[in-house]
Amino acid sequence: MKASSFGYARPESLAEALELLARHGERAKLLAGGQSLIPSLNLRLSSPALLIDLGNLSELEGIALQGKDLRIGALTRHRAIERSPVVAAHAPLLAQAAPHIAHVAIRNRGTFGGSLAMSDPAAEWPACCLALGASIVVASARGERRVQAERFFKALYATDLAPDEILVAAEIPAAAADSRSVFLELARRRGDYAIVGVAAQARRSKGRLQDVRLAFLGVAAVPLLARRAMAALEGGPCDAAAIAAAERALGDELEPMADLYHSAATKLHLARVLAGRALAALAA
Amino acid sequence: MNERVAPERLAPEPRAEERKAPPAQTAATGYIGASVPRANAKRLLEGRGCYVDDLKLPRLAHVVFFRSPHAHARIRKLDLSRARTQPGVLAAFDGRAIAEYCSPWVGVLGHLKGIKSPPQHAVAIERACSQGEAVAAIVAETRAQAEDALQHVEAEWEELPAVTGMEEALAGRTVIHPELGDNICFRRELATEGVEQAFAAADLVVEETFGFGRHTGVTLEGRSILADYNAAEHSLTVYQATQAPHMMQDIFSRHLGIPEANVRVICKDVGGSFGIKVHVYPDEMATAAISVMLRRPVKFAADRLESFLTDIHAREHKAKVRLACTRDGRILAFDLDDLTAIGPYSVYPRTSGIEGNQVVNLTGGPYRHQEYRARLNVVFTNKNVTCQYRAVGHPVAVALTEGIVDVAAAKLGLDPAEFRRRNLIPDDAYPYTFPSGIKFEKLSHHQCLDKLLALMDYAGLRAEQAQLRTRGVYRGIGLAAMIEVTNPSPAFYGVGGARISAQDGATVRLEPSGMVTCLSSVTEQGQGTDGIFAQICATAVGVSVDQVRVITGDTGVTPYGGGTWASRGAGIGGEAVLQAGKALKSNILDLAAAVLGADKATLEVRDNAVCDKATGESKLPLAEVGRIGYFRPDTLPLKFQAELSATRHYTPREYAFTFTNGIQASLVEVDTDTGFVRLLKHWCVEDCGTVINPLLVDEQIRGGIVQGIGAAMLEECLYSAEGQLLNGSLADYLVPMTGDVPDIEVAHVCTPTRQSELGAKGVGEAGTAGAPGAVMNAINDALAPLGARVTDQPFTPERILKALKKV
Ligand SMILES: Cc1cc2nc3c(=O)[nH]c(=O)nc-3n(C[C@H](O)[C@H](O)[C@H](O)COP(=O)(O)OP(=O)(O)OC[C@H]3O[C@@H](n4cnc5c(N)ncnc54)[C@H](O)[C@@H]3O)c2cc1C
Repeated sequence: MKASSFGYARPESLAEALELLARHGERAKLLAGGQSLIPSLNLRLSSPALLIDLGNLSELEGIALQGKDLRIGALTRHRAIERSPVVAAHAPLLAQAAPHIAHVAIRNRGTFGGSLAMSDPAAEWPACCLALGASIVVASARGERRVQAERFFKALYATDLAPDEILVAAEIPAAAADSRSVFLELARRRGDYAIVGVAAQARRSKGRLQDVRLAFLGVAAVPLLARRAMAALEGGPCDAAAIAAAERALGDELEPMADLYHSAATKLHLARVLAGRALAALAA
Repeated sequence: MNERVAPERLAPEPRAEERKAPPAQTAATGYIGASVPRANAKRLLEGRGCYVDDLKLPRLAHVVFFRSPHAHARIRKLDLSRARTQPGVLAAFDGRAIAEYCSPWVGVLGHLKGIKSPPQHAVAIERACSQGEAVAAIVAETRAQAEDALQHVEAEWEELPAVTGMEEALAGRTVIHPELGDNICFRRELATEGVEQAFAAADLVVEETFGFGRHTGVTLEGRSILADYNAAEHSLTVYQATQAPHMMQDIFSRHLGIPEANVRVICKDVGGSFGIKVHVYPDEMATAAISVMLRRPVKFAADRLESFLTDIHAREHKAKVRLACTRDGRILAFDLDDLTAIGPYSVYPRTSGIEGNQVVNLTGGPYRHQEYRARLNVVFTNKNVTCQYRAVGHPVAVALTEGIVDVAAAKLGLDPAEFRRRNLIPDDAYPYTFPSGIKFEKLSHHQCLDKLLALMDYAGLRAEQAQLRTRGVYRGIGLAAMIEVTNPSPAFYGVGGARISAQDGATVRLEPSGMVTCLSSVTEQGQGTDGIFAQICATAVGVSVDQVRVITGDTGVTPYGGGTWASRGAGIGGEAVLQAGKALKSNILDLAAAVLGADKATLEVRDNAVCDKATGESKLPLAEVGRIGYFRPDTLPLKFQAELSATRHYTPREYAFTFTNGIQASLVEVDTDTGFVRLLKHWCVEDCGTVINPLLVDEQIRGGIVQGIGAAMLEECLYSAEGQLLNGSLADYLVPMTGDVPDIEVAHVCTPTRQSELGAKGVGEAGTAGAPGAVMNAINDALAPLGARVTDQPFTPERILKALKKV
């Protein structure tokens, strides 16, 4: 299929982009890496009147340690995160997750911000942002604001972004010295969106886990923080009993939707298996 | 014959396995058996391929189709008037308008007794019988404009009950085509005389039901056609991605009412076919009709969604199979009950009865039992049509056979390899007639089995498997012996009345420069046919392979023939090339004898020159033969006429099919918590007779195995109960990617067919035939200690978890 015709603008600054967006509102679509948007245009699932290409906004690109936060610009490519020593040092969970995102060719173009804005329930970055307690920085002609990841992902493919807002960055608290992280997912083929996945982080000292964060992908309409499972583990030893309790708790809080190949029950089972493996790795 | 080795730059360093075992050679040596890289690979890699969609003709129009969103619905209203007024739109047609230029067809064959199907139109009239069936065509200056206009077609539908389940179709409470009386397209029953008795007398009878998901071929290049009608000549030139240009020439001629000689079908590069592109597709027929109607070139290229919706699907089967054997492991009989659903029409002109028919012919195929009973029901449903796809029926028959054989072996406490050894038809039993009636010229099951077990270190793997199990690692080893139909004679289609040629022709021509042009009726789909024909031709004539140019895929140019299907290109088309090449050589020697005043019997063609047979001394370069033959025949003896081209045709006569055989093995590891299967290794030993190009043969096997792995693990066209396709994209319909495919080791036993001088049998489908059965048996071997089994392909994690009772 061919996309229906659309207008195209390539602003030179964020201000110009915001101005265009304010003017055209929902008739416009932002174009970042294009790895999700272009297929949807070609399938005529979306037919915006105007594409606003963010490609020239170098101010939205880059990875930097700012105080205690790691700031990742919206236009930073998946591949740049995957290869960044700063990310590996201060947010190792992201480095662990990156290779699971699609294939290299797609990671070379797809962007961090695009993935967060897209908010696919099976995408890696949204779940990582939840696990890491990131805050999402968004801008509009009205100004800039920050939204906690936990409040950013609202519903299936829906975020807290208003039609005139652009996601500019995410700020991620840098990992503490005793912090551990694990990212696991199951996909039928390497590079496919996950059936289920888990992004886990905790501080471990004297055999006990603290600040446990378990975020799941693929088990609900949005990435989900498994608060009951987290509570079952918080402050205690991560032994077989605790892991079993956490796995049990998942049954009350995950709301997996069946996909083409897996029932909700299968997804819940797989989420439990992954949780067990992730926790065993955290404790190891 | 020539003993030449390929020139340095053409012959790569042989791979280790080739060094170990040089392929057997028949009378023809030369390049036969050499891994000559094919000439077209570099061009395609450089992006210089030319596919139908690359063609642009003056006044080219583009057609898109308005397709039924429903599985079964009556068209209450179809208003194209708004679509007609959209920018760039040239015309819009419904089924009635197109039917005036293109007559309907019926997909039946005389030798499939009782097969029935209703007439099918290029564009449906009144009623759509599956989702995606075209009900209107929009023609515009560009494809994008045509798609824009599509959104302005106004249709009102009256939904009719959709029959989507096979059992439901068989029961026939709702009949899709009332005029046919029931939903049964084709039915076949067969029983040997002693089959009842064999089951009654058996020590052990085992039974299992296996399911096979519908899948499709997923060619890189989608179906595409550019039809260019020339009113002044009443002629039609069709550029088409097809496997069978002569068959299509006949069909365009008959259904559009244009004399055969005025229809020319040209295949430029074709980007993969696998059987998908050997059928008559309504939208392609409509495109040709519209070219006639508009008197201008019209192009249609299926996009990926259209491909998933309308490319033929294959292999939706549910089959119960029983096996009777003695206590000491002798198989006495097989009993098969197969049900398969083919969509609302039997596909023209090969019919959708063949796949099930093959399952009946082939089930139990490698074994020596004498009794067999089979029942086949082929039913209509309101899903897309199914038809012949790579290895037609074989993957089903092999998985059924090998699956039940493993069940029996386990019940008897026999090792699966040993059980097979006791039952495979002995290598010295040929010629042999199998209980289903098929005849084998000469197979090599036992040699293949022995070679496979050694190649994979079967005993070592079994020991490792046992040891790993004690650590909770579940590995499985699966075997699948197989037979495969290749080099079909007219028994396949021609006897049933289809105008499908089972013979192929080749013309080999010496050019004035001494180069050789070879024209063949077999076509190139990316499989390397052109390459092996160059090898055969070079060998037969006595020239180096870089002197040969091969031309295929043009009914206006090549001899008449069948094209590419049923693993026939090398065995049938190759023999024609060999014979034409030999005839040309003889003609060259006639001319040389006249020029040299020598006895023809003392001359030979070698290294691009006529030389003395005894001493090898070069006497007359072929460039000189060409120069004299074409420009200075006046210097030749008065009565001598130079004949520097020759045409030969070939059809296998003695056997209806040249069967091949082989055996595959798969090693897997099952994660019993997630149901994920890791394919660790795959082996195949097969016997395709003369190996013309080991590199191409091995890659055909590997590619085929990958498609078989796709069937076993990933691929299924999923439909809702209402008949809606649920996975019409490559994100949702999963094909194996390189990362999902294990190392595949290939080895050969070579039993050349004696029906031809070349001795080649087919090889294109063997990989696909055996892989699903081998993988299934490996998974079940891994699961055996846990008391679980899977029998429904594809083996998704969920199906495995269910078998393990974990979900
Ligand atoms: C074959 C394939 C496999 C894939 N597999 C995975 C996978 O396993 N995991 C995964 O996470 N992703 C996967 N993806 C998606 C990929 O990661 C995309 O790159 C990503 O989802 C979107 O990023 P993008 O930069 O390409 O955004 P685009 O496609 O350009 O845009 C996506 C959406 O986000 C909006 N948008 C983009 N940037 C901003 C911004 N700064 N502010 C506000 N809105 C914005 C756009 O308007 C659009 O609606 C896959 C894609 C493909 C094609």
